[in-house]
Amino acid sequence: MEKNLGEKFIASSNDRELIAEFKRNPIGHHSPELQRLLNQFRGIPMKDKFCLLVIKPNRLWQLAKTSGVAGKPVQKLPKTFSSQSDAEWYIFRKRWKSLTGETLKP
Amino acid sequence: MTMKITAYADRTSVAPEESINFMVNCQAKSFKADFVKLICGDLNPDGPGYKERPIKTKANGTYPGRRQVIHAGSFIQLEESEHFNSLESFTLQAFIWPTLPENGKQVIIGNWSQRNSNGAELSIGPQNSGLMLTLGFGKDKLEEFSTGKNFLSRNWYFVSATYDAKTKSVSLTQEALHNHAKINDSAKKKYKVHNHGMKNCARMATIGAKFLKLDKNRTVCQNHFNGKIDSPAIACRALNSAEIEQLKHRQNQSLMSTDVVAAWDFSKNIKSVNVSDVSSNRINGKLVNMPVRGMTGWNWDGDEMNWSHAPNQYGAIHFHDDDVHDAGWEVDVTLKIPKGLKSGLYAARLRCGNNLEEEDYVPFAVLPPKGKATAKICFLLPTASYMAYANEHMGTDAPIAQLLAGRLVEHQHQDLYRNEHREYGPSCYDVHTDGSGVCYSSRLRPILNMRPKYKSWLGGKGSTLWQFNADTHIINWLEAMKYDYDVITDEELHYEGVDCLERYKVVLSSSHPEYHSKEMWDAMATYQDRGGRLMYLGANGWYWRIAFHEEADGIIEVRRAEGGIRGWEAQTGEYYHSFTGEYGGLWRRNGRAPQKIVGSGFTAQGFDISSFYTRKPDSFKKPVKWIMSGVKPDEKIGDFGLVGGGAAGLELDRADVSLGTHPNAYVLASSEDHTDLYLLVCEELLINYPGLGGQENPLVRADLVFYETDNGGGVFSTSSIAWPGSLSHNNYKNNVSKITKNVLDRFVKNGPIID
Repeated sequence: MEKNLGEKFIASSNDRELIAEFKRNPIGHHSPELQRLLNQFRGIPMKDKFCLLVIKPNRLWQLAKTSGVAGKPVQKLPKTFSSQSDAEWYIFRKRWKSLTGETLKP
Repeated sequence: MTMKITAYADRTSVAPEESINFMVNCQAKSFKADFVKLICGDLNPDGPGYKERPIKTKANGTYPGRRQVIHAGSFIQLEESEHFNSLESFTLQAFIWPTLPENGKQVIIGNWSQRNSNGAELSIGPQNSGLMLTLGFGKDKLEEFSTGKNFLSRNWYFVSATYDAKTKSVSLTQEALHNHAKINDSAKKKYKVHNHGMKNCARMATIGAKFLKLDKNRTVCQNHFNGKIDSPAIACRALNSAEIEQLKHRQNQSLMSTDVVAAWDFSKNIKSVNVSDVSSNRINGKLVNMPVRGMTGWNWDGDEMNWSHAPNQYGAIHFHDDDVHDAGWEVDVTLKIPKGLKSGLYAARLRCGNNLEEEDYVPFAVLPPKGKATAKICFLLPTASYMAYANEHMGTDAPIAQLLAGRLVEHQHQDLYRNEHREYGPSCYDVHTDGSGVCYSSRLRPILNMRPKYKSWLGGKGSTLWQFNADTHIINWLEAMKYDYDVITDEELHYEGVDCLERYKVVLSSSHPEYHSKEMWDAMATYQDRGGRLMYLGANGWYWRIAFHEEADGIIEVRRAEGGIRGWEAQTGEYYHSFTGEYGGLWRRNGRAPQKIVGSGFTAQGFDISSFYTRKPDSFKKPVKWIMSGVKPDEKIGDFGLVGGGAAGLELDRADVSLGTHPNAYVLASSEDHTDLYLLVCEELLINYPGLGGQENPLVRADLVFYETDNGGGVFSTSSIAWPGSLSHNNYKNNVSKITKNVLDRFVKNGPIID
């Protein structure tokens, strides 16, 4: 699991709108509130940070995580995605869980 | 991650009937080499598709594979001298500024032989155990003496060691030159030596590392020093404290004449790869793997910023354990370019494995025959910019990468290999192991991100292309539209000047021609003044000033000085190129903002999605309305594309008369609606303020610019890195392709651009 993203907090109804907004459009324009959340998610240190490996360009990606140590291999994980949006949503759910303790439905 | 085959060439451009050599590391028994003309390197199935065209050459064939490795880490190899090897007693001394003292043993100077424990060396001891002297007595007998006082990172110390063979005594001095209160890291120690008769050896003497072995004429070292060394010296007896002090300042001429074996002055010939011994013995040395010169020394007082004004304060060389210049591999394949081979972008395709499933490509430009042009159009391949980005590690190293990209970072197998093989060397976007910025970058090593089929994390959603592979979309468009063109590179521009451009009616830039030497800048400006026509098909161009080394091949220098978007910042006082003495940094801070040469200059960057342009009033003016021929007044320009989904994206330039845009320039269109990940560049920020993102800031835009130059010349600037990624949309029937074609067709014609 990635670094704990901070103190646990209870998601409010407003926060829940961010979940829907992200699922609709994970890459591109976001509301300021969602962007702040994504800045927190995406700005964490490199140790055990999720990333993608290109298996088939623009068609298939494998989940992996960086080591945070120069020269130490990127660790491949047993999970693949056929779209970037799927990968983004999967990682959003993991990071949301880490932040709030709540498991979002796929 | 393994790559069974990696390679590089000894040059990036070659004319017909000249030869180019390829050095190949191959872990299979054999590899197949053939050559291809590169058309489109983008593997995205939503684009025009990957295109290469095999060519027949005499060099096509199967070659034996062999492992070739890179020995990273810089040092000075000293000329062989009997003076070292006949020493019985001695003094070794230097100023040092260690940057990773905790990183294991790091040798300052020595002639140690690992084989039998012969020789002597002065080092930082293991576990930062202070200054250490190692004496070898042969037959694996050695003695080590240490001050036991930790060094502070990034502070100057004077260090010395004496050995008196007659009295069998050693003295060590570690003198902190900082003024931190209550830090007790100076020491003077004396020790008795148990063995007698130190065994000197005929091994190579080195500064900044310990000699290990010779590998096919390459000197291989270990225990590399990280940090600066200044004014090292050797005397042929154990000097007393007063004499050591005199030698420290080179004050006692009699001592220099009689007892000093060598006293190096790194402030002499800073531009050179040679280092000077100012003693009468002249035991000079040569840099290996290009440690950094022109660095502030122990006595730099901050009054002078330019090393050429006060060289005596710039007597330091900064060594790094990951410096690489010339990998020095042996040649495996030589290609003589066939007479008559059309100028263009080519590559050696090197493959191995049972099904040739492992591959590496080494791209190069085939030039037109010497002194000739074979087309009216020239594509300028930005090899200097490729060198600056060569083997960058931001995707695996930098926490901000995911923030900049606005999504999960995508890695290619080359990225994983580069991460694990740091000996392939860093880019000018990385920092060294010790955190100092990488200001030199070489092309004499495999550059695994300058490849067809490569995706870069920086390249925007979609094809995710950056630099070399993004630029193949320009080649692909020229081919698809059946234009005849030549290809030359930055090195022709630098070394041949305007002559290499003058033969062409039109020059096309790449998507991201960011790095230029003064020679390159002057050549392009002269071309324009003499009536040349430039189509700048990218952004963030003509941004950083670079220098090519005057003696060494294939290496550039960038000093990330006092402004600009920087992966690291040059230390105060280290803004001047060591290769040339020129003030480095942004061209904007050298009085030549990009707007002066291409009408627009870097204004914002973001790496998630791209956007579109809309037409501006200038585009309807009679003299230039032909540029928009076939584009409706309210039509969005480039709201499609493979790089971020639009033609305006990644890095953006804007016109600004106050920075040098021609007062009569036409701003034909501007981009809009960028995401808030697009932020104003930091050189625009005198006071930081809210609202710097693409949704709010009016300076976050790309301006489509056209202006005339003297003698019938002209400049057309798209001001966006993403532009070429939109050219092939809808089978080349789109407004980005149309505008590009309108301009190119007009530029290539004789007669004035504007009727």
